[in-house]
Amino acid sequence: MNGRRLWAIVIKELRQLRRDRITLAMILGIPVIQLVLFGYAINTNLRGLAAGIADQSHTAGSRALVMDMLATGVVKPVAMANTPNQLMAMLRRGTISIGIVLPPDFERRRIDGREVAQVLVDGSDTAVQSAAAQLAQVPIDSAAPDTRAPATSTPRTGRISVVGFYNPQRRSAINIVPGLIGVIMTMTMVLFTAIAIVRERERGNMELLIATPLSSAELMLGKVLPYIVIGLVQTSVILALGTWLFAVPIRGSVLDVYLAAGLLILANLSLGLLISTRAQSQFQAMQMTFFVFLPSILLSGFMFPFAGMPKAAQWIAEVLPLTHFLRLIRGVMLRGASLGEMWTDVLALVAFIGVMMGAAILRFRKQLD
Amino acid sequence: MGPVRPMSRGGDIAIRARGLTRRFGDLVAVDHVDLEVPARHVYGFLGPNGSGKSTTIRMLCGLLTPSAGEIEVLGLRIPAEAEALRRHIGYMTQKFSLFEDLTVRENLEFLAAIQGISRQRTRGRIDALVEQYHFGERQKQMAGTLSGGQKQRLALACAVIHEPELLFLDEPTSAVDPESRRDFWEKLFELADAGTTLLVSTHLMDEAERCHRLAILDHGMLVADGTPAELTGKLAGRTFMVEAREPRRARRVIVDLPGVLGVSQVGSRLRVLTGVDAAGSDQAGGVRTAVADALDTDGQQAAVMATPPNLEDVFVAVTRRTSSIPERAA
Repeated sequence: MNGRRLWAIVIKELRQLRRDRITLAMILGIPVIQLVLFGYAINTNLRGLAAGIADQSHTAGSRALVMDMLATGVVKPVAMANTPNQLMAMLRRGTISIGIVLPPDFERRRIDGREVAQVLVDGSDTAVQSAAAQLAQVPIDSAAPDTRAPATSTPRTGRISVVGFYNPQRRSAINIVPGLIGVIMTMTMVLFTAIAIVRERERGNMELLIATPLSSAELMLGKVLPYIVIGLVQTSVILALGTWLFAVPIRGSVLDVYLAAGLLILANLSLGLLISTRAQSQFQAMQMTFFVFLPSILLSGFMFPFAGMPKAAQWIAEVLPLTHFLRLIRGVMLRGASLGEMWTDVLALVAFIGVMMGAAILRFRKQLD
Repeated sequence: MGPVRPMSRGGDIAIRARGLTRRFGDLVAVDHVDLEVPARHVYGFLGPNGSGKSTTIRMLCGLLTPSAGEIEVLGLRIPAEAEALRRHIGYMTQKFSLFEDLTVRENLEFLAAIQGISRQRTRGRIDALVEQYHFGERQKQMAGTLSGGQKQRLALACAVIHEPELLFLDEPTSAVDPESRRDFWEKLFELADAGTTLLVSTHLMDEAERCHRLAILDHGMLVADGTPAELTGKLAGRTFMVEAREPRRARRVIVDLPGVLGVSQVGSRLRVLTGVDAAGSDQAGGVRTAVADALDTDGQQAAVMATPPNLEDVFVAVTRRTSSIPERAA
């Protein structure tokens, strides 16, 4: 490893990057646009679902329960009905997403501890289903606060109240922004390095470089170093915008945030390098990048909860650097944890970097065949 | 020849190859080539596109692994010692391989660093090259916006920045105008005078003629080698000119005559190359008479006169050896 040669590669990359206006714009544009887009648009916490209500009981208790349900903000009443059948017709037509049925024997059932109300859900949207679960958790004793009926303790009616730790207001942005650092890094970092070497091969620069004393490790590291800086700049942009636009807290240490980001950046850069030793054209490099990118988004826990995935999917997810990064960054930013407390995920990332970088340097041979 | 560099490795022979072969699947790109390139010479590889010139050069500088054969370059065994060799060679690729989005000076600076020239020496060395290769005004110009000739000059400057003992040039002037080509060759001879060995591939006859020594490649095989004078000397007496009123009509008559190996039109004249018979003996005299007779029979007025052979004749003679006279005569 020769410092002068390594530095020459770094300087060359930076000079080329400085002249590549579009890539430069992408480096800053991608995080800003995605953050604003995802931060505002992705809202897993549904509000104001159109609801139809069929109160066949017309008692003070039933009306109180309906008011409680409306108070959650999950539903917005758009129609009243007399029978459950009418609600089902509306569901089918799509005029409502949720129907609430309070049977004529509502008071009787409450005293007996049987189910007091039925929530009809448009199951074609899973997000709506999970929102309806919130409705089912409305404590029914509040409907009759003066009568402490023993029925309320029966398991079927469920007095389970959901208390949201770490994100009590259930704001999606708080979950999304830390994860978004990871998603944006996965998208840009892998692609940048994957293309960086393939482009030189396509333009013929590589044939010149491999005929010089430049070593594989110097070339690989020289290509990676500038992008670490770029990745950290992107991280800062997302963090700054996240705090400013969405009031996302950083409860742990900022150093830990950057360390975690640095690990993910290196992991993705090494993966990009490995791709670039394999891909013959920039187009192939892009395809391979997306082959990694899509599972990263879907399986890492960014979109869907990790715990809910089948075992096989979880194994795949454990291989993806984004999965470990998400655990780290959510831990640090939202729960105020330190990296030391989550050392298994740190170790997983370090191992990933070692394997990918080693494979890339070994695979990259200073030969044309 | 210029001053002999005392540090020169491998003695008087810079490159030695035995049975050099490279296959790509079923294709044999280079087929048992034996090669000896003397030090401090400009050695040419002449051959059409696809004759194996680039593949041979790539194997010689250790970029491609030979399928078979032995290579020794500057006393180093290739590809085993290719890494050590890289410090002593310069390689100018066929396609412009510098960074088009870096300036002339930045490209030079980059290669100086890569080639391990110390920071203190870099500035002086680059200034000297800028001067020598006439880039004074264009130091800050992007390499991508240079003309074809300027790009080649820059590529050469970058290839010699570390003063290599051996320089490989793969069709360096294929996309360059004649004036730039002349300048470029001036530089090559300056380098040879300074003690550098140069291996230049080309498909241009006039460039081949400038080389000290020459190897002719065809379909991956080395079909002839020697100095240009030796190569043309072997064809003495086998070439003549036909001056006819209607050269194209005359050509049709001549081209299929037994013993005629090649006919090419040069202005209003036809240049005729005669073959050797199966026994290897010259039949130029006989063919000349036959050509004159055939034209006479056809009612064409034509004059036949002797002309010295050139490298193009050599090329035609060695590459058409397989489909030579016996078949044509049949």
